[in-house]
Amino acid sequence: MMSHLVIIPLLLPLLTGILLLLLRGSATELHRLINLAATLGLVAVALLLLMQTGEGQVEVYRLGNWSAPFGIVLAADRLAAVMVLVTGLLATGVLLHGRRVGSYFHVLFQMQLFGLNGAFLTGDLFNLFVFFEVLLIASYGLLLLGGGRNRTRAGLHYVVLNLVGSTLFLFAVGSLYGVLGTLNMADMAVRLAELPESDLGVVRTAGLLLFAVFALKAALAPLHLWLPGAYGYTSAPVAAMFAIMTKVGAYSILRVYSLLFGPDSGPAAGLLDPWLIPLALLTVAAGTLGMLASRRLSQQAANLVVVSAGTLLTAFGLGGIDAVAAGIYYLAHTTFAAAALFLLADVVSRARGEYADRLVTGPDLPRGQLLAGVFLLIAIAVSGLPPLSGFIGKWLILQSSIGNPWMSWVLAVLLITSLLGVMGLARSGSQLFFDTDGWAEAGPAIRLSDLAAPLVLVLLGIVLVVYAGPLYEFSRAAATQLVQPSAYVEAVLQTAEAGRIR
Amino acid sequence: MEALIAIVIGTLTACGVYLSLRGRTFPVVLGLTMLSYAVNLFLFVMGRLTIGQPPIIRDGASYADPLPQALVLTAIVISFGMTAFVVILSLRARAELGNDHVDGKESE
Repeated sequence: MMSHLVIIPLLLPLLTGILLLLLRGSATELHRLINLAATLGLVAVALLLLMQTGEGQVEVYRLGNWSAPFGIVLAADRLAAVMVLVTGLLATGVLLHGRRVGSYFHVLFQMQLFGLNGAFLTGDLFNLFVFFEVLLIASYGLLLLGGGRNRTRAGLHYVVLNLVGSTLFLFAVGSLYGVLGTLNMADMAVRLAELPESDLGVVRTAGLLLFAVFALKAALAPLHLWLPGAYGYTSAPVAAMFAIMTKVGAYSILRVYSLLFGPDSGPAAGLLDPWLIPLALLTVAAGTLGMLASRRLSQQAANLVVVSAGTLLTAFGLGGIDAVAAGIYYLAHTTFAAAALFLLADVVSRARGEYADRLVTGPDLPRGQLLAGVFLLIAIAVSGLPPLSGFIGKWLILQSSIGNPWMSWVLAVLLITSLLGVMGLARSGSQLFFDTDGWAEAGPAIRLSDLAAPLVLVLLGIVLVVYAGPLYEFSRAAATQLVQPSAYVEAVLQTAEAGRIR
Repeated sequence: MEALIAIVIGTLTACGVYLSLRGRTFPVVLGLTMLSYAVNLFLFVMGRLTIGQPPIIRDGASYADPLPQALVLTAIVISFGMTAFVVILSLRARAELGNDHVDGKESE
């Protein structure tokens, strides 16, 4: 009996988005409530999905009940369920931030969730492309909401770059289909294992093209330069929601390369080994330099997203169960922490009136100590100091690098950039909250409810610390499932074994 | 036939890459359009070039692979929508930034 649970994370946002579009004449408050209810529903569905996949089975949903290599499948394993849950929790936190952005925000927000969940759950490479496009189209709209010179310019770069990325994705998909004759990722894994030597060159080229596309989405250096502009100039809730977007790229790298180019996948194995770690470490260094040079808090937060993308891909590049498990734990932490920083930057920006979030001497803030306290909490989480979740995540990654040939580089780069990160955030904090000019005019005093959204996200980070043991065990289980993809392949292709044509 | 198709796709791609690296939005949009044409053709011929074959499997008879045709249809729709979007965005950038340079300012 096929469980219909797997498709609900796609249907719920899609139908909610359509409903919101039909209700576009009514009050925004109603839209927000519907949006929040749907997002909470998504969290509940994700929890159910997590329970179903928690024992290690792979839930496969065959659309139209066509068997696997011919029909389209959705597949949920532990990692996919975790990603859907992280997305749902992040979206809930972001929606609590009650700032009006634009009239179609809620519609586009649900479409973005639809694309994200689709990308996490699909088992088919072409559908991964389609869901990437869905989430990108929604993100173009979200990014440009509100308008303004800087936003339009950054948005134009983002759109053009991603369109070129989509073209490369199609070239890669086409080449792989031409050689392997299938687009179902599990079936591709099977075909790759028995690949003739003559086709190896095409497959390797297509694999590296795919890597370039995912690296663009994941903001891996040198393809990260679009991110600080795009995230730094867009509105706060959108930037906070985009904290998950680079993780989609990282997730795709992990999913596609563990299935197709993993250690036991035949002749094309280990395709990324020479690339991923050096580029990821370069990303961390570049993001840290950008963070130190930032002149606005939101720009600094955007550069910290680059740093976290690099750290995450370092973990995935190290490979092995320990490192991938550390990466999955770090992924959840960094998504919440980065989003919290973007939302706090918005609160601070409004409190400082015309000084916005520029790192210059500004006014004395009413309730400044409260704001500074929340900033301190978030900065500790983001920069990876104990006792919050960033520390555990980074520590797990560093620990898993021991014994790897790249150990000295990973340790050196991650530790030095962590120190620089602490210094950069400390400088911003003292600039914003202590270096004040009594004559400057502050903006309207903040309300306590403004801090609800950042605090909820910080609280999620604290939950990650309190339950670090069981959560890490679960990430290990998810990583084990990824490193040994045979169960995934069998679950997807199970019923097709009898009727294979080729 | 194969060589001709390969040359066509290669030329389109080269022109698309060149144009999308230009400094003004109009050539960039044209370049993106050419790139999407190139990739659509590329996807289409990935089912191998066959002439006069039905896209249906029958006993013994050879057939044209129907999947790339479905893929290319999806790709065309997506790239068409994206091109429309990027045209509108370029017009808006022209209005807001005061010129049609991709960086929003004229280079010296």
